[in-house]
Amino acid sequence: MNRARSQGSGTLGRALTGWGFALPFTVLFLVFTAGPVVASLLMSLTDLGSADLLDPLGVNVVGLDNYLRLFDDPKFLIAATNTAIFVVVGVPLTMVLALLVALGLNSGLVKFRALFRVGYYLPVVTSIVAISVVWRFILQPDSGLLNTALGWFGIEGPNWLQTKSTALPTLIVMCAWRNLGFGMVIFLAGLQAIPKELYEAATIDGARKWAQLRFLTVPMLRPTMLFVAVITTIGYVQFFEEPFVMTRGGPLDSTLSLAYHTYNQFGFGNYGYASAMGYVLFIVVVLLSIAWFRLLRNNVD
Amino acid sequence: MTSTLDTVAEKPTPPSRPTRRLGDDLRSRDHVARIVLHVVLLGGLVVMVGPFIWMALSSFKPEAEIRADPPTFFPQDATTASYDVLLNRLDFPTYFTNSVVVAVLTTLGNLLFCSAAGYALAKLDFPGKKALFLVVLGTIMVPSVVTMVPLFVLSSNLGVVNSLAGLILPFLAQAFGVFLMRQFIVSIPNDLIEAARIDGASELRIYWQIILPLCRPALATLGILTFLASWNNFLWPLVAATTEDKYTLPVALALYAIGQNQTRYDLLLAGSVVIVLPVLIVFLVLQRHFVRGIATTGLK
Repeated sequence: MNRARSQGSGTLGRALTGWGFALPFTVLFLVFTAGPVVASLLMSLTDLGSADLLDPLGVNVVGLDNYLRLFDDPKFLIAATNTAIFVVVGVPLTMVLALLVALGLNSGLVKFRALFRVGYYLPVVTSIVAISVVWRFILQPDSGLLNTALGWFGIEGPNWLQTKSTALPTLIVMCAWRNLGFGMVIFLAGLQAIPKELYEAATIDGARKWAQLRFLTVPMLRPTMLFVAVITTIGYVQFFEEPFVMTRGGPLDSTLSLAYHTYNQFGFGNYGYASAMGYVLFIVVVLLSIAWFRLLRNNVD
Repeated sequence: MTSTLDTVAEKPTPPSRPTRRLGDDLRSRDHVARIVLHVVLLGGLVVMVGPFIWMALSSFKPEAEIRADPPTFFPQDATTASYDVLLNRLDFPTYFTNSVVVAVLTTLGNLLFCSAAGYALAKLDFPGKKALFLVVLGTIMVPSVVTMVPLFVLSSNLGVVNSLAGLILPFLAQAFGVFLMRQFIVSIPNDLIEAARIDGASELRIYWQIILPLCRPALATLGILTFLASWNNFLWPLVAATTEDKYTLPVALALYAIGQNQTRYDLLLAGSVVIVLPVLIVFLVLQRHFVRGIATTGLK
């Protein structure tokens, strides 16, 4: 009995110690992260609005109405299309650029690797708002650096951010510019983790550089690619700062993103509707992550 | 026998001229590849770093010169007028202080709470441990717009909308931090902890005197990443800070940039420098640590 009791207090003691360490985090995390995730789902099933903050009893449960309304909201459809284009073009573009730079730096032919690495990574650490401001100047139609440089070659650049056909592509390229450094660093680490012997064996077997890249490097990099793809996708699905600062979603909503539309609806006080849109975004993130897992998991074995 | 000898003898002396030519060929091909690669990468570097250099130089131009067509690269008539206005006429010192307070407290909170919870999840047994870890993992991918609305409602109920506390609290304990710390602490050998327990050390002492010192690399990574994310964070401060005296730097700059009243271009660029420069200095000083930390985080 004595032993049983000491064991009991031992388990209890361990439980208390464990929770003692975990509790401060858990409380903050439940209140400010996990709780809101659930609350957002519940709110998306109601007609909660800014007026209800003072009168919580005025909230009605509307079921899936908010989700059904999305399909009748032309702005939502535009925003969804823009976001889809942004992700489908932007993520592969960013990854290919990142991989090319990483391969170049890893080729053993390059001097001052550290300098290049720092330079290419630089935009990743800086504020998107600040970057957006700077690019707005660079992209100015008349006195901007880009169009001036194009002018040297006799090309008359458009008003990049105020033309419907160029605004979104411009933002995509700018985001690739900002984020490729992240992929590059991860890819470099992944490349260095591939055993050198494999390349030696491939060379002895007569595999040329291209074949080595195609059949050795790329398959070995799959887990790294998966990581970069998922992280980049999660970021791109939520793109917001760039259109907010550079185009205000225009011209003619051509750069309105899902996150931006959600923010606007929140601003109008349509909390239930905004929550529904946020959840759609969440589901998209999860589905795209699953898609990447399917596409990039090791189907070699 | 003889044939074997012959082949062995033959191998070291292949026809000499073709080999040398092949070698020269490869070497010169390598040489060309090397030059091309350097040119391409250097061109890329100019594109990557150029905008920041242009930003920094242009922040010292008078406003008329920023609008000049064709644009200048180096300031023709350098002035610090824009910084003067930011410092003395606009509220930038306040925004700067807000940004620093929010980023520093958010970082300290995450270092403490995430390392403690990470230790519990990695090395201690308690009921609900698995569930906690799963919930943490499950929220790592949640976009910030998802929690925006409930957080705002919650904050207004708690009365922390438009306060620095309201900007800090939602980010004080983040899933990514616990995940990072737990993964790192798991790899610390149990023997170390057992030995300390046998010597009678309390769990708190083990955490403080054994785990934390061993976690220095992970803490550095977490600290840097959290500080950066907080410094650059935009959506939540934009929503939660409703009057100017609570703005952080990115919010102030963005709202000034899209403001209705006449925007002064030189102020926008100087403001960008103020946001970017501290991060740049931290990054350049710690860059080795930085890149390594991020890379190892990625591989785990």
